[in-house]
Formats: sequence, C-alpha cells, structure tokens
Amino acid sequence: MPRRADIKKVLVIGSGPITIGQAAEFDYSGSQACQALREEGVKVVLVNSNPATIQTDLEIADVVYIEPLQPEYIERIIKKERPQGVIATMGGQTALNLAVELQKRGILEKYGVEVLGTGVEAIKKAEDREKFASMLKRIGEPLMPSVAAKNFEEAHAFATEHGYPLILRPAYTLGGTGGGIAENKEELKRLMKLGLSLSPIKQVLVEKSVIGWGEIEYEVMRDAHDNCITICNMENIDPMGVHTGESVVVAPSQTLSDDEYQRLRTASLKIIRELDIRGGCNIQFALNQKTGEYIVIEVNPRLSRSSALASKATGYPIARVAAKVALGYTLDEILNAVTKRTPASFEPALDYVVVKIPRWPFDKMPEADRRIGTQMKSTGEVMAIGRTFEESLNKALRSIEVKASMMAVDEKEVEGLLSKPNDRRLFAIFEALRRGMSVEKLVENTGVHSWFLMKIKNIVEIEKEISLQGLSEKVVKRAKRIGIGDKRIAELIGSDEFTVRKARLKFGIRPVYKMVDTCAAEFEASTPYYYSTYERENEARAEKVKKVVVIGSGPIRIGQGIEFDYCCCHASFALREEKVQSIMINNNPETISTDFDASDRLYFEPLTFEDVMNVIENEMPDGVVVQFGGQTSINLAGALHEHGVKILGTPVEGIDLAEDRERFRKLLHELKIPQPANGTATTEQGALEIANQIGYPVVVRPSYVIAGRGMAIIYNDEDLKKYITEAVEVSERRPVLIDKYLENALEVEIDGASDGKQLFIAGIMEHIEKAGVHSGDASCVTPPIITSKELQKTIIDYSERIAKALHTKGCINIQYVIKEGTVYVLEANPRASRTIPYLSKSTGVPLAKIAMKVMLGRKLKEFGLKGIPELPHYSVKSVVFPFLKLPGVDVVLGPEMKSTGESMGIDSDFGIAYYKALLGAGLSLPMKGRIAITLNKKDKGKGGELAGKFTELGYSIGATEGTAQEMEGKVEILKKASEGTPNIITAMEENGLGMIINTPQKGKRSFTDGFKIRRAAIENSIPLITSLEAAFGIADALKSARGRAIDVKSINERIKEIKK
Amino acid sequence: MKAVLVLKDGSVYKGKGFGAEAGAVGELVFSTCMTGYQEALTDPSYAGQILMPTYPLIGNYGVNEEDSESRHIWARGFVVRERSGYYEHARAKESIHEFLKRNGIPGISGIDTRAVVRKIRKEGVMPACLATYEKEVDYKELLEKAKGLDYSSNDFVREVSEKGVKEYGGGEKSIVLIDCGVKQNIIRELNARKVKVLSVNCTTKAEEIRKLEPDGIVISNGPGDPNLLGYVASALKPFIGKLPVFGICLGLQVLAHAVGGKTYKMKFGHRGANHPVKELRSGKVRITTQNHGFAVDPKSIPKDYEITHVNVNDNTVEGMRHKSLPVFAVQYHPEAHPGPRDSEYLFDEFVKSMKG
Repeated sequence: MPRRADIKKVLVIGSGPITIGQAAEFDYSGSQACQALREEGVKVVLVNSNPATIQTDLEIADVVYIEPLQPEYIERIIKKERPQGVIATMGGQTALNLAVELQKRGILEKYGVEVLGTGVEAIKKAEDREKFASMLKRIGEPLMPSVAAKNFEEAHAFATEHGYPLILRPAYTLGGTGGGIAENKEELKRLMKLGLSLSPIKQVLVEKSVIGWGEIEYEVMRDAHDNCITICNMENIDPMGVHTGESVVVAPSQTLSDDEYQRLRTASLKIIRELDIRGGCNIQFALNQKTGEYIVIEVNPRLSRSSALASKATGYPIARVAAKVALGYTLDEILNAVTKRTPASFEPALDYVVVKIPRWPFDKMPEADRRIGTQMKSTGEVMAIGRTFEESLNKALRSIEVKASMMAVDEKEVEGLLSKPNDRRLFAIFEALRRGMSVEKLVENTGVHSWFLMKIKNIVEIEKEISLQGLSEKVVKRAKRIGIGDKRIAELIGSDEFTVRKARLKFGIRPVYKMVDTCAAEFEASTPYYYSTYERENEARAEKVKKVVVIGSGPIRIGQGIEFDYCCCHASFALREEKVQSIMINNNPETISTDFDASDRLYFEPLTFEDVMNVIENEMPDGVVVQFGGQTSINLAGALHEHGVKILGTPVEGIDLAEDRERFRKLLHELKIPQPANGTATTEQGALEIANQIGYPVVVRPSYVIAGRGMAIIYNDEDLKKYITEAVEVSERRPVLIDKYLENALEVEIDGASDGKQLFIAGIMEHIEKAGVHSGDASCVTPPIITSKELQKTIIDYSERIAKALHTKGCINIQYVIKEGTVYVLEANPRASRTIPYLSKSTGVPLAKIAMKVMLGRKLKEFGLKGIPELPHYSVKSVVFPFLKLPGVDVVLGPEMKSTGESMGIDSDFGIAYYKALLGAGLSLPMKGRIAITLNKKDKGKGGELAGKFTELGYSIGATEGTAQEMEGKVEILKKASEGTPNIITAMEENGLGMIINTPQKGKRSFTDGFKIRRAAIENSIPLITSLEAAFGIADALKSARGRAIDVKSINERIKEIKK
Repeated sequence: MKAVLVLKDGSVYKGKGFGAEAGAVGELVFSTCMTGYQEALTDPSYAGQILMPTYPLIGNYGVNEEDSESRHIWARGFVVRERSGYYEHARAKESIHEFLKRNGIPGISGIDTRAVVRKIRKEGVMPACLATYEKEVDYKELLEKAKGLDYSSNDFVREVSEKGVKEYGGGEKSIVLIDCGVKQNIIRELNARKVKVLSVNCTTKAEEIRKLEPDGIVISNGPGDPNLLGYVASALKPFIGKLPVFGICLGLQVLAHAVGGKTYKMKFGHRGANHPVKELRSGKVRITTQNHGFAVDPKSIPKDYEITHVNVNDNTVEGMRHKSLPVFAVQYHPEAHPGPRDSEYLFDEFVKSMKG
C-alpha cells in the first residue's frame, strides 16, 4: 500500500532528559523516525525537553520545540501546529504515557490528530496488566500467574495462594521503576506502597517468580497489512530475575534449538497480531530450559532500549522502518537501507555474535546497593561484535571502561557476588573459574547456562596458557582469536601493551574488518559498518580520499553522557559538510554516532588504544579527533600521538598543560590570572601541609578526572586523612590536588571555539546553585543574570588569554568562580564540554561543528560570528538525578557529579524559563498547598525570607523546629522522624506536602534525619530542592508561572529572533 | 585432526577437522539459517552438497533424537567457523562431532566462512573437496577431485528416495507422497491433520500410485537438478486434474516440468530461513525457509497456471497453481524445520482441497 496521502504534518514526541531506564536510545529512534518521515515529504514537528539530542537539531525536524513533556504543553503545540498525526512510540515510556493521556483528555479528538503506527488501544492492551493477561489467555499463550493489585490486600491474597518470592512491577513505569522482588510479607508491603505511588494508574503487577529460567526476547515488526517479521532474538546471560536492561545479553540466542527458537518466534507473531501493533515491538519470554516450557513476561509496544540494541546488532534500522509503517507502507515496499536492493520485509541473518554489557553508576555512588534486579540501575551499555562469543565478550569487557580486578577479593566474597546478581558478577565468574571452581558449581550458584560458563572457562584457560608460555606467535594468535586485548596479554606476562603490540605486529598478526550487512553476506551491501576480528579476509578497504577519524565517547555514564555523543555526531556532520570522509569509532549501541549513516564509515569497536590504533592503521586517516568523546577519547591522545598519529586541533601538549594541575597553576601565574589557592601533594603529610597553608574548606581530587570522580569538599584534618586513606591512593605518579573551596561564591563557565588566534565564546553560563556543586549537576542560565557586564568582560579577557596559551584549536570550556568581585579560574578544558548542545540550542550556533571545521584549518572569521550572541531570551538548564533508582544514596549535591541528564527551559522571562526547565526535568511543582522547609545551620538565617516568598504566593509552610524559629509568621511545626509521629515523613506519605526544601548539613554522613527526609521525598515522588539559591529561584519561577498562560514557541522562531 | 577445504578455483582453506576422518567431494553451498543445523544436515535436499552455515557458532545445543529430518546426514561435508566443543541442552544426546563421526561425514572448523560465502556469492556455487586427516593430504589431488565433480549430472533423488511403499499415520483421507527426498516434518504435518501418508519411491509409475487409491498427491522436496526427473513428472502428469496435487520445493519444479515448464540453475540459490515471499493475491509477505539451487522460469508456465508467490528479494517464482483445479506448489518449505512456521496454512489448504 502506498503511503497515506492525508498525512502532511506529524508531531513526534521525544523522551525528555536521560534517566536510568531511558537513555540515548530514544534520541536515536526519534531522530531516525524524523528523517524517515521527512524523506516522504512529511513536515515533522518535534518536541523534547532535552536539548542534548540530535533530534532537537533544526536539521532533523522541520519545527523543533524544546518544551516540557506535559499534556498542557503538547496541547498548545498541537493547537499551534495542527499536525494530522502524532507518533508516540519513539520517545520511550514518557511519550507513550503522554499519548495515552492526550487521548484520555480528548485533546487528540478535539484537534483531529491521529495516533500513527501503534494506536492507543494497542498500547493500553499491552501495558494494562489485566487487559494483557486476558488477551494472552484468549490466544492461548501462557502467562505467569499474576494479579494486577490495586492495594496491599489483593497482593497479599495472591501471596497466600502462590507463595514467595514474588515479582512486583508497577504498571506504566519506565525501566521497571519501583519494581522488585518480595521474599516476605514485609518486603511485599514496602514494594506495594512504592509501586502504587509510582504507577500512574495505581496498579502493581504481582507475579509468581520464575527466577532461574532463561530470559529470551524478540524484536518484532508488523505493518498495517498484517505482515510480521522478527528482527532479532536476544538471550540474556543472566537468568530471570534481572531486568533485561541490567543483563548481559547476547544476540542471536546461543543455547536455543531451532524448535525453541521457532516456538517463541511463532508466539511473538501471534501476540503482535492480537495487539494490532503497527510498528516495532519487543516481547520477552521466560524459558525453562529443562522442560522447554515458556511463559510470556511482557510486551513493550514501542521502540525500546532493546530495539536500539537489535538495530545495531543486526544493521536493521527498526525506527526508520517503524516510521514508514506508521505512514501506511507495508514492509515489502520499504527498502532495506543496508543492502539498498532488498526490501525491509525479511529477517536479518547474523554471521557474528553480539554481546551487550550494561554500565552501572556505582563507581560514582559507592554507597548505593550494588545488587541488581527487576529495576534498572545502569545508565548505559556497550556492545561488541565478534565472530565467536569469547571474542565479543572480551571486546565488550574492555569497552565498558570499568576496572574490576578481583584478585584481592577473598573466596567468600567472590561466592557472595556469584549468588546474588550484582554489577560485578561477571568478573566474579571469571575469578571463580580462575580459582578452580567447577562449572557445575557455578551453574548452581549463578543460574547462568553452562554453555556461557564453559566459554568463559575457555578464556580463563587460554589466559593461563599465555601467562605460562609468554609471547609466542602461536599463543598470541590464539589469544587474538578469542578477543583477548594486548593490554590483558601484557598483564598476564608482566609486560606493557606497547611491547605486546610490537611483538604481535612482528608476528604479522593484525585484525581484519568484516561488515554488518543484515544478510550474512548473501547480498552485496553498501553500508560501511565494520567490526574487527582475526580472520583471513579484510572487507574494509581504505579509500584514497581525505579522511578523519572521530573517536566516540563509549557507554553513557554519569559525567559522560549523551552530550558527548551529540558532539561526536556533529563532528561527523561537519566533516561531511567539508567533503572529508568521516570515520567513527564507538561502542555504544544506543546512540546516533553508531548509526550506520551518521558517518561515512563506522567501526563498532572498543575505545582502547589497541583497537583504535588498529582502525587507524587500516584507514591511514589524515587526522584523528579526540576532543569530542569526553575523557574516553582524550585519554587516548597521548599514546596515539606517541605512535605518530596526527591529533587534530589543540596539540597534546596543550591538553597536558590544561590537565596537569601543577603546570596549569604555573601558566595562570604567568598570565596573572587569579586561581583559588591550591597545591599538589604526593604524600599524606604534604596534603595536610597544603590544606593548612591555604585553609579549610578545601576541594580535593585525584589528577586526571572527569565529572569529579573522587572529588570531595573537606573541612578538617581528620576528614582529609580519611579521604586519603579511603578514597584515593597518593603517590608520585598519582598526586592529589588541593584547592581552596570558595564558599558562597558564584560559578560561571564559558564554552567556545578557538582557531589558535581568535576565541569565539558562544555564551557565559551562570550557575544557579552556589559554587561547590559539580558543574554537571548545577542548573545554569545564559545569558547571566547576576554577573555584571564588567565581570563578564574580565571573563572574556581571561578566556581569550587562556585559550591562546593552551594553543587551543577547537573546543574549550573554562570554569570560573566569582567571589567578592574577583574572578578566579577553576579549570580549563580544551575539549568539548557537556554544555555545548545546550548552548547551541540556546544560541543557534553549531559550536561543535564550528570547532571541527576550525580543526580542519578554517578560520573563525569565515563563520561571521561577532562576539557572544545577544539573546532575547533566557535559557535555563536543569538536571535530573537517578536517586529514585538507587536506594540508599543520599540526595546531596557536591563536587562529585550525580545527575544523568538535563532539560532546558527557554523564555523571555527568567522565571518562566526556569519553571519550564524544572517541569522539563520531570519536577511537578505544586501550584498551591503545603510545602516543607528544613534548612541547615548556615542557611537558616534566610529561612524567614524564603518562607515569606512562598507565603506570598499562597502556599502554607511547614518546617522543622530549628528552621521554624527563624521564620516569622504562620509556620506549622513538623516533627523530624526521630521526634515521633506524626512527622514530616508521615506527612509526605499522606500526600500532605507538595514540595520539600531541605538543605543538607555540609560534611555530614548518611542516616541522619535530613537523609531520611530526602529519601522519603524521592520515594514519594515529591519535588525535593536541596539548594537555597535554587529554592529562591523556584519561588520566582512559580511567581512568573502563575502570572502567565502556558505559551510555547519553537526553537526555529527563537533563533530567528536572535538574528534580528 | 587437521582439515582442508579446496575449492574448484584453487583456493585452499586450512582448518581443524571434526566428525569422521574422510574425504568428501560436493557442491559447496551456504545457508543463512542461524539455528537448525541438525535439521539441515539430515535434509535429503543437501545430498551431493557440502553445507556451510553462515552463522559462525555451530553445535551449541548438541544433537537430539527428535529433530532429524531423515535417518542420517545427507550433506557430504560440513564447513563451520567454530564447532562448539561443549554443548548443553535438555534434549541433546550427542555432540555435533559425534553425530558427524557416526555418520561418516567430515567437518572442518576454524576457517573464515564469511570470506568463502562472499566468494560463492560473487562466483556462484562451486564444487569443492573437503578432507579431514591426521598426517597429510595432497592438495592437488583434492583440487582434481573438486574439478571432476559435475553436480547437475547426478540424479541424487534416486539415491535419497526410500524404497517401496511406507505408511505413516491414519485418518479419513490418504495421500500418496512421491518421495524425492522428503523431510519428515512434511509427513508429520500431514499426519497432524489426520491424513494417512503413503510414501512411494521416486521411480513409482502412475498406475502403481493409482492402485493405492489416494485422495491427493504430494511431491516432496529433494536434491539435484529437476531436469533429470522426467520420470517423476511423467508419473505425476496423469493425476493433474484428477486429484489435488501439492508440490513442495523440488515438487514445484517437478510440477512445472510435468505441465511443460522449464527450470534453470541459480547462481548460488536460496538457502536460509529468512526469505520473504509475497502471496500475490493477498499481497501478504511471509518469511520462509528455503533450500533450492534451481528455480522455475516464470515465462515457461502454461496459461492455465498462475504464479501465486514470488520472492520479494529477487522476484523468483515461489509458488504456482492451476487457475481452476486444486493443483499448487511452492518453492519454499511450509514444514519449516528449520525456520519460521508462518506457512503451515498451506497444509490446511491442501487438506481442505481434498475434502472440497
């Protein structure tokens, strides 16, 4: 069927800020959908509150709205744009829930908007547990015994009948938020309460546990003509009980016979037909591998993290095809974009193995519970491709950039790590095998299928051989065939990776590159999407053209998020615009940079020196870009440079000058630019001396870090000693940096691009929270509202001088702190920063692209940029935190970054912009009712003023006793949890508080009253504000928001206004 | 055990041997099925061929007692990227190595199968010689053997077809199945629909078939060049118009020959479980299992027949039927094993045509 002619304009809903369970995969699917729609001549309107997305680029959609993903705002956009259709299956659970809500409110009907692709009825049938269960029953597919409980009593009745353990999943939540395993009545009670509070329809699915069964999923596609195909199946290495997003996954399935494979495939098609899905869909099964019995676990009636993985694993562009299906095409009418000669109505055949490993944030939050289960805790993932399972697994393991040596862990702890799923279990399996544990015992302990364990055992055995035999041609060859990296070989023989590499090259052992072509080489493919392996034929022949390699940023993690992928993509786009072949290396399956048409060539490879250097030797590029991939790529600069690779942009010397604190201090001294007093210590004694010399409080950190890893604010000698013994090791090679912490100071930063002579600053961003909160966690606004013109001039002057001194060519980010009229430099980073996408959206200046072009030799003056763009609006960046997903973690902001994503609000009024940013970050601020304020000693003085602001707006105020004393007027005193009930926490549980303002005591540890208040707010989904400045900002924001009707304006319009 | 694969064009691939210590000459073909190696190896349609799965890991779930499509392995050799030394599956009884060994079939592992697939894709299926050995072999001798093979001159159907009449299952209706190398699941599918299957040897004459008083005729899948099967076509011809006829894979090609059509050899055929086939009447596309190296020339089909199905990838003929009589055939495998089970409905249609 040809495409529907009546669809001329379509609204695509994005997924909002990156959170655990909803990451870059939805930028990938949304962007791909937008492009697929535009190819068909459809005008695309895109809405997302997350500026760090490719989909909010004006090149991707015709009209872009960066507005909160709330029904009221979407309605305004629909009213203004009048699209005929809306696509809600590309923006994760957020977009899906919005579509359901829009339909419920009658907004779609009112404006004649049709939900394209999978409809609301299908969504409901798949997501409403009761409807889903009865649907499965009707078609004779087995479902887990379960009940959709609306209260604890119903859940308990089910438990009495079926026994424990039970699995709980709140309906309509993303990434299994609030789900868990209840082993007893108490846990059931706790999880039910949490689940009911989180489920928008107040329903929790309680089901019998099939822990230990295998978990298999299928990615399925269906068109309106009822043609169905499966794109890919995937097998979870972790057995049932671990969320698929948390599991190590392999594709295709490895342990299923054809009979099982096909039975599950047939069931998938039956389900997708019955649901009337029109587009992509993910179906999960539990399979008892002893009996062959299976049950259906759940269906995601939309694009998902798994579908992004399946797309990258097979080369089949699921989102693109789903978008075309939504327009009415049948699968056989859509061309396979990879082969460009066969249709999309086929099932990809793989001739390689794909392994995915999640990346967890526990390195940033060591206090979090590291066990994993039915709720997602990982922030990102890596994928690796190889021709054997061992090869893929080893490549994936070196892609996640996690050090997890188990050598020092005792026997008992290793066994403990095996039996309860946790982030280190895979490493523990390796270690247990090394120590001689039998595979039978491991199967017993982990429930992992023995086939996978035998393969890991094979790696362990070959590793042993390497350590016994040393570097011989035979041994190296065997090692490379199963994917063991040079660095690992070096570890095993007590050498270094460069020596191993030299020996390997002498033996003539080099990788070849194979193509991911969707069809196992049956048809000729034109898509240059490659992976390495050690075999005979190399398919990636280098072309004799001008070319540049862009090194990606790897898995999404706290501190290195989608913003860096955004910049890498823009680098690639810029190269194309300059007619230079772009070659991307990356290993993150969720992102756009690993889309086969984002660059001219894609190498899906680990981002280690070895793997990157191999690609470089295969391609012989004119240069390599390390500025955009965050610390991952910057860390490779030195070794690449030493091996004769041309690094484009700021020279390695400049990078080192900025990163080596001692050298940087000297540089600033020479430039006569102030810096907070600081020093570098290589011993504990030295650290204490410096700290006392410059005076507490101090900020301490190890050198060479990103996103404040291991950073802390220290108030006294005792804590400093503790920090040095517990958190970091100090040595000549690993110095600790100590900076004076400037309290109550204002932090600002700039992003710019320099061509070596001139610096273009795209904006000055002023933090809303006071200095000391990591810049990635701080809200900020541009243009600045507090910083005087005079100080701004100083900042510009310093920036220009620093950029020049570092020989900056390309991006630069400089962070400043302002105290009592003095501007101090905190740090300079001659590379892309996470604020680039936000700033680009605020100003319309494609900063990353300009930086890339400058690195190719262009001059800034060619771009017609005149100083900092003058904005007719305020752009506010707000952030989202993963606290809900990480029980036990305190909600305190500090120099260590904790946020996972960001939102942007934009308006001519600062208050509205801030309000929209907060709303965009998912904070549902109350417009009336009671709020609670509890402040720390330092902030208490401002309590009265703050309470006054909110009272003026009509809120009633509750406060704990200490805070209340500082407030004049009507304040209700709320007890702390330690003072008996009813108290502030019970008030939250009874929905009696609409917002909590709690400023934590500095330097205090967990489990105080404050900790309990903050956790309770998070767990009861009540907006929690932990900074005084933010609280004042919010009061202003709420004041502005009250005074004005909801208004939306596209980024297209806003940028046009700047140019005027 | 060492092993070597020598192609007719002189290319040599050295690997590790498994299965039997033996030599094999055959037409080297590749299949893109990711599962179902046991079903494929025992599919009589692979007689005379050396099978090479494109999926690199083979043997993971072992070999069981239920999933074989015939009594033994018909492929002459097996070429894989990695043979799983370890297998684990509740139904498994032996390893792929033991299975091949027991059947006297040599296997080679550890070679760049994708490179070989790409060669076949470019140059077409190719005679090859596979040898497993402990000490040494003469590559030149193997090359000569490969060069000596003329796949299309061999009537493999006579080799694979069971002798005599065999009865399977029971029910109201009975059919004669002309066994050109039938996969067991065709029989199972018919039995499951309460149809008695009388399987006859491929050389059975029409009058002998008539004596069995069938309600319908099925011509099975099988190996080799359909041009050599004039005798099967002759036996089938008298029943067209008299009884419902259903041809599967080679059965389609035999039917085409019986009504005056022609077939031709494809460059590298269709072997896999992911082939999209469009039913022209409804416009529906289904994913099918395929295993054929010859195809029906659409221009050669007589006027009273229509093409019912085409392959969406390359527009080759995937199905035909008589415009008014219950005579139809498909080029793919509705019985699956291995592969998708989307086309089982064709058995229903056939059974229905006997009742109507």
